[in-house]
Amino acid sequence: MPMKIGTGEFKERVDKGIHNSFMRGAVAGAQERLRTRRLEAAEELGNWEEWRALGEEIRKHTLENLDYYLWQLSENVAKRGGHVFFAQTAEEANEYIRDVVVKKNAKKIVKSKSMVTEEINLNPVLEAAGCEVIETDLGEYILQIDDHDPPSHIVAPALHKNKEQIRDVFKAKLNYKKTENPEELALHARHTLRQAYLTADVGITGCNFAIAESGSITLVTNEGNADLVTALPKTQITVMGMERIVPTFEEMEVLVSLLTRSAVGQKLTSYITVLTGPRDQGDVDGPEEFHLVIVDNGRSNILGTEFQSVLQCIRCAACVNVCPVYRHIGGHSYGSIYSGPIGAVLSPLLGGYDDYKELPYASTLCAACTEACPVKIPLHELLHKHRQVIVEREGKAPISEKLAMKAFGLGAASSALYKLGSKLAPSAMNPFTVNNRISNGPGPLKAWTEIREFPAPGKERFRDWFHNRQKGDHQS
Amino acid sequence: MTTGTIHHRDKFLQTIAKKLGRNQRTTGVTRPHWKHQPQWSVFKGFSQDDLIEAFKSQCSRIHTDVVETTADQLAAALKQVVAGYGGGPVVTWDDPRFVEYGLSPLLQEEWPSEKIDVHVWNAAIGQKNIEFAEKANVGITFSDITLAESGTVVLFSSSGKGRTVSFLPQTYVAIVPKSTFVPRMTQAAVFIHERIEKGEPIPSCINFITGPSNSADIEMNLVVGVHGPIKATYIIVKDR
Repeated sequence: MPMKIGTGEFKERVDKGIHNSFMRGAVAGAQERLRTRRLEAAEELGNWEEWRALGEEIRKHTLENLDYYLWQLSENVAKRGGHVFFAQTAEEANEYIRDVVVKKNAKKIVKSKSMVTEEINLNPVLEAAGCEVIETDLGEYILQIDDHDPPSHIVAPALHKNKEQIRDVFKAKLNYKKTENPEELALHARHTLRQAYLTADVGITGCNFAIAESGSITLVTNEGNADLVTALPKTQITVMGMERIVPTFEEMEVLVSLLTRSAVGQKLTSYITVLTGPRDQGDVDGPEEFHLVIVDNGRSNILGTEFQSVLQCIRCAACVNVCPVYRHIGGHSYGSIYSGPIGAVLSPLLGGYDDYKELPYASTLCAACTEACPVKIPLHELLHKHRQVIVEREGKAPISEKLAMKAFGLGAASSALYKLGSKLAPSAMNPFTVNNRISNGPGPLKAWTEIREFPAPGKERFRDWFHNRQKGDHQS
Repeated sequence: MTTGTIHHRDKFLQTIAKKLGRNQRTTGVTRPHWKHQPQWSVFKGFSQDDLIEAFKSQCSRIHTDVVETTADQLAAALKQVVAGYGGGPVVTWDDPRFVEYGLSPLLQEEWPSEKIDVHVWNAAIGQKNIEFAEKANVGITFSDITLAESGTVVLFSSSGKGRTVSFLPQTYVAIVPKSTFVPRMTQAAVFIHERIEKGEPIPSCINFITGPSNSADIEMNLVVGVHGPIKATYIIVKDR
């Protein structure tokens, strides 16, 4: 699956999301639970703000010295017998991985959850090379067998599906005969996937944090699927976005603590696995061969710009879980595997404004995302910056905003015109006003009033009110 | 060990340095002294007994049973836990602590006489270990470091300490000596970091395991036991 998902214009996707009442219920429920758990986990620590400050400091320092830490990482991976491939583009990464797989004559590949392999659209490349590719994260697995339904949440990819829908997919694709009980569904997946681990030739993983000082990679899961993906196949390939790195074990520990608390409200997930190189001499399990693929794919263009701080992201989705816009439109509306506030900042940077110019507007700038971020990315400020860039440098503002700004610019440029406009507003809006509310507004108000009301302009202008108040004859 | 290969590094890192507005760095960077260090205040001043209490309370939240015992009662306690899980087959690490803690008679005589299959990890027979672990009902390891805050056992792999002993069997039992307790992941990370600084190799796999495997991918309902063990028990040895 490439970074870009779904078809249709932004507005059509949003329309579909807003009218999908199951999805909206599921998203609202999940947001509540995840948000509550995160707040409880943060509260328990007592000094969450200090943790966030530490997280931010670590991420900033690492990004400012990214070339140094990637150098150190690659040296240490090679020292332990692993191979490192630096891929400037998605194509270079895919080509290298395909070559390794073909050389190994691999037929079956198991994967643990990895956003970056979705971003570079790896699976179709491997399938075209004649391999069967099996996603083993339960959520990813459900989506894969449902004819590659796109993920709608960074941490819980199948969030938009209910258990009855999942049961029906299992019945259609896996000859499943039991009920929609999640335990029974999970047990069925366990049996099917166990066989896959045992017979796969290659295991592919993402990487939560690489550790420069030792050449290690850290994988964070609850299911334990990453452990079996890396313990059983003879060849392991790990793909990482180039910014997913920390200097030492000490910083890895801090960021893992921030990640698990922010993502799911757990002190640690069930499995945190740190792997260094291929198996040691004499080991029975673990891969004989290890490849680390470090992917740029547009990230370096963010370095040194006003958007650099977005690379601090540790993919916890805390911002997604508090976003009021995501709550209503769901993940698929974003048209990117990266959804929610982080997706609205990152997708235009990695995928370009042509495809993603609407996303920075899918925000109320309420700053809940910024407040939730464990590494203090100023997400709402970056969304605002995107809007500035879109208007000032790209000239790509949505057409209604262009018209409104033009009209406002014209009206506000001359104080006489502004005065006249604000004086006329109540009578101009009179035909649309019922009980002081506008529910069927004209022009730019139309999109708003299609789904909600707009207060009618006050009978008394602010300027007049203020003027009278200063004169001291105003009672309210 | 043969050194691995590195491809396309120079141009890649030069691009990064250029975007950062400076020359490429391969030396001369030191970690700053972090201004905030809240990780050290968790369970500060706790005794080993305090840590065990905190650990037990956390285990009730991670679907993991806890049994407390002493070294001389360990074999009996372990026997009871395994019986509670429905018996064998049992797979264990090849770890000298099984002998030191007096478990040899249980593994070598008692269980086999009760027709409970026991397999001790044996690097010499390679792939057969995995076949056995896959069929096993119970996997048993010791904990190398134990984290009180999160209810976590830390396992260091080696040729005798196979990675899959804690993953492939239906259920998992960790034996947790009191001396292995530390407040949280911070202390374990420092221990490993210091080994690296001294130039000592670290294990190819370090596992931080916190209870049985689980997933909330279906409607955010927690399902315990997905790919790894379905149930887990920690046996704390209070006098070692």
